[in-house]
Amino acid sequence: MSAALLHAKGVSISFGGLKALHDVHLELRPNEVVGVIGPNGAGKTTLFNAMCGLVKPDSGTFEFEGKERAWPSTDELVDLGISRTLQGVGLFPELTVLENVMIGAQKLAKTGLISAALGTNKRDEEVLRDKAMRALDRVYAGTLANRRADTLAYPDTKRVSIARALVSEPKILMLDEPAGGLGPQDIEWMNNLIRNLTATMSVLIVEHHMDVVMSVCDRLYVLNFGEVIASGAAETVRRDPAVIAAYLGTGVA
Amino acid sequence: MFQFINTLLIGVTAGSIYSLMAIAIVLVWRSTRVVNFAAGGLALASSFVGAAILEKSGSFWIALPVAMLAGAVFSAFIEYFFLRPLLNRSGEKNQEIFLPIIATLGLLGIIKAVLNFIYGDRIGVIPPPLSDKGFIVSGESIALSPLRILILGIVLLLMIVLTIVFQRTNLGLSLRAASFAPEISRLAGIRVDLIRTAGWAISGAAGATAGILQTTNGSGSIAPESFEFSLLLVFGFVAAVIGGIESLVGAVLGGLTLGIILAIILMYVGGSLVFFAAFLILILVLLVRPQGIIGVKGGRRA
Repeated sequence: MSAALLHAKGVSISFGGLKALHDVHLELRPNEVVGVIGPNGAGKTTLFNAMCGLVKPDSGTFEFEGKERAWPSTDELVDLGISRTLQGVGLFPELTVLENVMIGAQKLAKTGLISAALGTNKRDEEVLRDKAMRALDRVYAGTLANRRADTLAYPDTKRVSIARALVSEPKILMLDEPAGGLGPQDIEWMNNLIRNLTATMSVLIVEHHMDVVMSVCDRLYVLNFGEVIASGAAETVRRDPAVIAAYLGTGVA
Repeated sequence: MFQFINTLLIGVTAGSIYSLMAIAIVLVWRSTRVVNFAAGGLALASSFVGAAILEKSGSFWIALPVAMLAGAVFSAFIEYFFLRPLLNRSGEKNQEIFLPIIATLGLLGIIKAVLNFIYGDRIGVIPPPLSDKGFIVSGESIALSPLRILILGIVLLLMIVLTIVFQRTNLGLSLRAASFAPEISRLAGIRVDLIRTAGWAISGAAGATAGILQTTNGSGSIAPESFEFSLLLVFGFVAAVIGGIESLVGAVLGGLTLGIILAIILMYVGGSLVFFAAFLILILVLLVRPQGIIGVKGGRRA
């Protein structure tokens, strides 16, 4: 077993009286796809948000590349090599697709603010444009580059949001419900894409529908009421009685 | 006809200055969602800096850029030390969203008080760098003077620079993204706090330019309790609202529209109605077309 790229231990978060997460462990190794699944309100997105600095955990430690460190703030995320997509896609509607993706490439811009304002470093802008273009090609959305984001069909917005996450060349890609709202064909396409990405990065997926992630994930964590009720290889988890009960109990099977 | 063209010329010149002030207000609104009443005070303070530099150096061409720089620094300072702590504490979730707005009103008072303390009864002087005598066309003097051409030229140049920054540079892209959705921008790796300060700084420079041009286009002098600057702030706000508060293009159109309407009223109706008319336009726009003349779509496009 190779060393963990990311390891969250004993994570607990409560909002007022509500315990959103209780003593959750999660490990992500290099080049693997890990899914966090569970019924609605199980705490999946809260766990994601904690790792993105959007929510502060009450307790728990965070290890990155084998070293314990403070929970990352949103500002540090991209520099660490973590990028994420959002459930609501989160594209900027009035920017073009290419501009949307370029936004994800800010850390690659070497220019300081002043010279950026003066536009003195033309090369820098071109490099960003190039990288953004390549990221778009990677999700087969290169032809959409000059469209405005608010004119895209829904499945295309998902591609573009993944391209924006890819452009900073992350070590970890966090996908929040990548299959949400997609038809079977697009889901198959998405799963293939995710598989291909593992050549250069690890992927962490939050997903509500179990079947969607089953085929693409190496390992799964199942959350229910803020606790990990099962974890391990997809096939083992699927047959776990506690998991079946959790899903049947909420009628989402 | 002659008088009408003159009225238009006066209106466009005054309007272009309001546009700059409106741009200062829009930039702050877009980068931090704060209605910045301190903008008038910042313009005043930077104009005093300009006047001081002008006195020492004797050159308008040194005074203007130094005043712009001072405006940028003052504005960034205020954002960093006053607004950032406030904004970090208040969120859109609670009523505290109005706190930063009240704070800018307080800052306006403080800036004026400090200027009063430093200058007292003394005034700053920024005489026109070029002749303000109108050109003679077929025996009659028209409202277009070398000074007015200069003012229009400076405003036009700044607008071109701003458009290029917003549309073609990475900083502009970050500014547009950060103003639209700060949380998403953070996740995407934009240093939102830094970008916000940059937005305030550009706003400060635009406001300083508006202040200098307003002074030199008007009486040529400024006092800490300058009525011209109260007008500039109010007209800047009205122009920004006419333009839909989100859009830089809207701010420019709003400024020009307001300038022309006010000049027509001044010339054909009466000077005492100008202030009243500006507020009437403000209320009408808010009631009839709160999204401004540019509208919702195409806003934010800079």
